[in-house]
This record gives sequence, C-alpha cells and structure tokens, in this order.
Amino acid sequence: MLRSALSVGARSATTQARYATTLSAGFPRPTQRLPTKYGGVHTVTLIPGDGIGAEITDSVKEVFEHVNAPIEWDQYDVSGMSSTGEQLFHQAMESLKRNKVGLKGILFTPISQSGHISWNVAMRQQLDIYASVVLCKSLPGFPTRHNNVDFAIIRENTEGEYSGLEHQSYPGVVESLKVSTRAKADRIARFAFDFALKNNRKKVTCVHKANIMKLGDGLFLNTFRQVAEEYASSGIQFNDMIVDNTSMQLVAKPQQFDVMVMPNLYGAIVSNIGAALVGGPGIVPGCNVGREYALFEPGCRHVAKDLMGTNRANPAAMILSATMMLRHLGIDNTANNIASAVFDVIDEGKVRTADMGGSATTSEFTSAVISKLN
Amino acid sequence: MLASRPFASVSRSAVFRHALPATRKYATAPTATFAGQKGSDGKYTVTLIPGDGIGPEISESIKDIYSTAGVPIRWEEVSVTPVLKGGKTVIPDAAIHSVKKNTVALKGPLATPIGKGHVSLNLTLRRTFNLFANVRPCVSIKGFKTPYDDVDTVLIRENTEGEYSGIEHEVVDGVVQSIKLITWDASERVARYAFNYAKSSNRRKVTAVHKANIMKMSDGMFLSACRQVSKEFPDISYDEDLLDRVCLQITTNPRPYSDRVMVMPNLYGDILSDMCAGLIGGLGLTPSGNIGRDASIFEAVHGSAPDIAGKGLANPTALLLSSLMMLRHMGLYDFAERIEKAALDTIAEGKAITGDLGGKASTKEYTTAIMSKLQ
Repeated sequence: MLRSALSVGARSATTQARYATTLSAGFPRPTQRLPTKYGGVHTVTLIPGDGIGAEITDSVKEVFEHVNAPIEWDQYDVSGMSSTGEQLFHQAMESLKRNKVGLKGILFTPISQSGHISWNVAMRQQLDIYASVVLCKSLPGFPTRHNNVDFAIIRENTEGEYSGLEHQSYPGVVESLKVSTRAKADRIARFAFDFALKNNRKKVTCVHKANIMKLGDGLFLNTFRQVAEEYASSGIQFNDMIVDNTSMQLVAKPQQFDVMVMPNLYGAIVSNIGAALVGGPGIVPGCNVGREYALFEPGCRHVAKDLMGTNRANPAAMILSATMMLRHLGIDNTANNIASAVFDVIDEGKVRTADMGGSATTSEFTSAVISKLN
Repeated sequence: MLASRPFASVSRSAVFRHALPATRKYATAPTATFAGQKGSDGKYTVTLIPGDGIGPEISESIKDIYSTAGVPIRWEEVSVTPVLKGGKTVIPDAAIHSVKKNTVALKGPLATPIGKGHVSLNLTLRRTFNLFANVRPCVSIKGFKTPYDDVDTVLIRENTEGEYSGIEHEVVDGVVQSIKLITWDASERVARYAFNYAKSSNRRKVTAVHKANIMKMSDGMFLSACRQVSKEFPDISYDEDLLDRVCLQITTNPRPYSDRVMVMPNLYGDILSDMCAGLIGGLGLTPSGNIGRDASIFEAVHGSAPDIAGKGLANPTALLLSSLMMLRHMGLYDFAERIEKAALDTIAEGKAITGDLGGKASTKEYTTAIMSKLQ
C-alpha cells in the first residue's frame, strides 16, 4: 500500500523539480538519496514520544527482535512535556532527514500560549509529509456498535487550520488564518485517487465545508473535482459531503464510506470518530507520507498521559503502524507475519487490554503476539 | 514564543476591561432571559415562521397539539420569503418587526435558495437578532433503535463568528486565506449562557471543547473567557477537553456526557452537534434553539424535504421538540413536560409513527395520537 504512496510522491517530485530548476537555474541540485541501509539492514528513526509512547514502542522492539526484522533503531527520546527538549527534537529531525523513514509515538503539546508549538505538526510541515493515511476497519472477533466498517482517511497534513498563523489585531480580537492552496489540494486529491486505485477501492469522498468557507474549502473541492476527471476512466466513483453531515453519517451509517479525503482539521475529527467506530485509538494504525519521507505513527494521535507507565496501553496500533513501515521498506513477509499475529490475538479474545474490555497488560499482549509469530 | 508573551498580558488586561462591566450588566438578569409579557387575553404572542416544503404541515401539527394542551400561546404567523428592497433581497419588515416585538419565534425548515448574491436567510436572522448561542440537546428516543441508546448530550455553540466570519480572500492565484475570528466578548457571552443553562437544567459541569494546542491564541482566548466566567459559578465544575478526544469519547460511549453542558466555538459546534444528532437517529429527532440578545428563535434544523411536501407524511417531532425548548425558555415548564411525555410515549409505543421512524402513520395520525394523550 505504501509503495503506492511513494509512487505518487515520485510523480509530484518531478513537477516540483521543474519549479526548482527554473528558480535556481545553474545551481547543482542535491542528488536523490535512498533511505539509510547498511548490509541489508535499514536504519529507522524511532521517537517513542510522550505518554504511553515508550511502552508501546517497547512492544514493537520486542516483536521486531523476535522475528529478527532487519531494522536498526536510531532512537531519540524527545519529550514535549517541556520546551527544554528542543535540542533533542532537532537531532531527531536530522536523523529523520538522514534515514527518511521513522516510527513515532505522539509528542505532547502544551495548551498554554507561552508553550512551544506542536512538534508533531512541525515535523509534518518541515518534512512535508503531506498525506496522513488512517485505516479504520472492523476487526474480526471484536464486535463494536457498528459492523463492516472499512474506510481509509486521507488527510492533508501541512496547511489549513494548522498554519500556526495567528495574531491579535485589537485587545480581545484574535484572527487565526486557515491557509488553503491549490497545489496542496491537488497533490492530496491525487494521493487519494492513487491510493484508491492501488488498493482496489471503489469510491473517493471529499469532505469539506465549502458552503461556508466558499473560497478556502471551495478551492479544495474544485481542485478535487478537477483531479477526479483525470481518473474518470478508472471507474472510481467520487462524491463530496459537508463535514457536519459526514460526522452524522459516520456514526449512523459508516458502511457507506470507502476512501475519504479532507483538509487538516476535519481529518482530526473524522479520524477520531472513525477510530471510535471500530474499537478505539489502540487499534488504528496510520502513517504520514510525503515526497521523500515516511513517518509512521498510530492513526489517532493521542498522548494518553493517564495511561502512562501503567503497562495498560494497547500496543496494537503501534505494532500495526510498524508493519505498515515494514511493507513500505519492502519487507512484506515479516510485516504479514506480525500483522496476522496481532489480528489472531484480537480475534481469539483471550488476551485483551483494558480499552478492548480485557484485563491484560501491555507486556502480556506483546507476549501473546510473539507466541503467534511463525 | 516571544510574541505570545505580550499577548498574554494584553489578554489579561482585556479580561479585566471587559469582564467588569459585563458582570455588572448580567448580574441581575442572566444572558437573554425571556422577558415577554402576557397579552390581555392571558396569552403570550409567539412568532411562527412555518417555512418551506413540509414546514406548513408540521407547523399545523404543532398548533393542533398546543391548542389541545391549552398552552397560553397565540401564534403570529409570518412569512420570511425574501422580497426585493432597494435592489437587495431582504426579509420582509413585517417578519422582523414581529420577532422583535415578541422576542421569541418558532421556525420551520427553510429551503436554501439557489442563486448568486443571495444572503442566507438563517444568516440574516442570526445577524438581525444577535443570535449568539445555538443550543443543541440530543436525547435517545425510546422506540427508535440506533447503535446508541444512552445519549443525553447538550451542546452550546458560539453562533456569530469563528470560522463562519466569512472573511476570506485569495492572496495570489491558488492561495486562499480564511480567517477564523474569535473575540473575547462573544466567547464570554456564550460561556456565560452555557453556565446559566447548566444551572437551570441541573447539569453540574461545563466542558469547553477546543483545539488550543494548535490554535493557541484564538482557541486559547475562548478558553480564558470560559475560565473567567467559571469563577462566577462556584457550584458548577468546569473542565476543558480537546476536540479530538471529545469526538473519540462520545462516539465510543456517550453516557459520561449526560452530566454536563459542552460549549465550543462555531465550527466545532456545527460538526459535533450533527454528530450527536447522528447518534440518536438524525436531524428529524433533534431540537435546536438560537438564543439571542434581542430575540430567540427555535427551529427544526432538518431540510424542507420538498419530495414529500404536501403529502401529509412528514415527521413533526424535531419542530415539536424545538417548541418545547421554547416553552422552557419562556418558563412554561409544566406544559413542556406534559407534551414531551405525550410525544415520547407515542413514539415509544410505535403504533402511530411516521415513515422515517419505520412506521406507516401520516402526520395527522401521529399528531392525533399525541393529542389523545393530552386530553
């Protein structure tokens, strides 16, 4: 699946390159580099993150150790709990730029205005990993309130409400800018259609609020429609839906959705609703893909400070995100081995963490997964 | 980070500057309390805007139920079909005057007119009467099965600014800026209404829903306004939660949200209120009230359903429940209780329910069933 993501990346890289040559004619362009790999072993940046991050990445490490996955971790224990970690954050960013592939938990972002900006968002913007992919699928053996849910959420990751541009024009009057651009709408719409093609999906739905934000979301919607025309012969259907109606439909009839593409903020809302439909943030994997970099993290970006250090977190989302990473690196056999072990454990229902109604600890769940590995 | 420090001090001074007179102003009367007087016949006059499509049928049903229940209300029916005035399409003056005079109105669904340069009617009403808070309660309806059977949420949405400010421009080709506008005054006003609502509806908690980790200044100011107001309500507890977490938690299990009132900026409220409506079976079963400084308008938020208009098949429940919110707003609690029980019992019995709820009854039959319980 992720290779499809990369192929999209490669395509837009060529268009990007054309701009670059016109702008900086005569200057040598940096050569395209492959991800770091020595002797068949990939070096991957690991950022466990705050909250339950350390525990669930430990699970991944243990599982990888057991299957002897050809991955060497380049670990950075960045923490967003205080701004003092900024130095380490920069080191982690450099490591990501070297290795091009990373696995990460979620970094805490303070709410107070004096606190630092979200490092999660900074990473996505600086690495230009513009497409967030979150897969919400009902798991066999774990019934929730809804059955047969199976959709993918493609979320624009680098602009919109997360631009970080705000100012107070008069005491008590604050303006926050939402930036929407055609270029970014275009590449995310393409990503969504290419994803649908590669994964044999039938329909792409554009989620927006163009009835109110006529220019901003209007641009997103119109660009989506133009891109859709280029895929007309592929037989992939497309439609659009206003975001409030989408969230209503999601909790009532989630089966109607297949691939959904949307601007940044709506993605935060839809991915959380989606995760809740299939069983919570503990089992929903995700990744962020751009032209050059791919960063894998749980699909629902929660720090879960309340569970921190209790050994009760569900590592499934992180392990599944790591299997997405393995597939991305072309290590499909190992990925399938681990993923099916996770699904088997959930399907059996004997070892489940508290969020899935069980009483198993994180380490018990991990051992159960390991015992199912081939 | 440097820029945020002066802001913090500015906002603090803003707090003091605005909060003091505001407290004094509202000390005697909480925001937007109903102050209408009964007429010489002992009845309150209420403006009725039947609306388009199925609007007239369902309004008729409300009128029938109210006269059976003996509610002391006289309806003043007006049309809001836009008229041309000075080259612009506007709401007829008669409608504006009626709402202004009565300060309370019940409104059926309006068809969205297609055409350029037409200002949305809802937006015009909102601006004309300063409708600053949108109240959206969602309660599971017994007799209509959905995957969720324990919903009881109240959501209050800031209604005048935020992402709906309508300030947008294209900077260069292909680059658009949309401005989300948050002001201290509007935030404080809606927060105050939320706390008063919590107090009068026996909910012990107010939760502010935000995204201040990302939008630190705008949502940050919304939060400081809520915090400031919360100090005036010591018996109501106050907390804050991220939009992401609220979406996740309500969809997983809505039950914990039955003890509180949620308050939030415009867009989040729009999305979350419809999501909650989805939990209980859609917009046909959810009431809505717009509370304003100069008037309050209670409305059905569903569409005008032109496909079934005039056939006598429409479900009047949303408009009926909205009218009950109106009765409570007017202090007519007993009537609201009685009618609510009659309506919910009728749906729970399932004998005379309309097509959208899986029954076969007509609007008339459903209305008659409710009325027979009121006699």
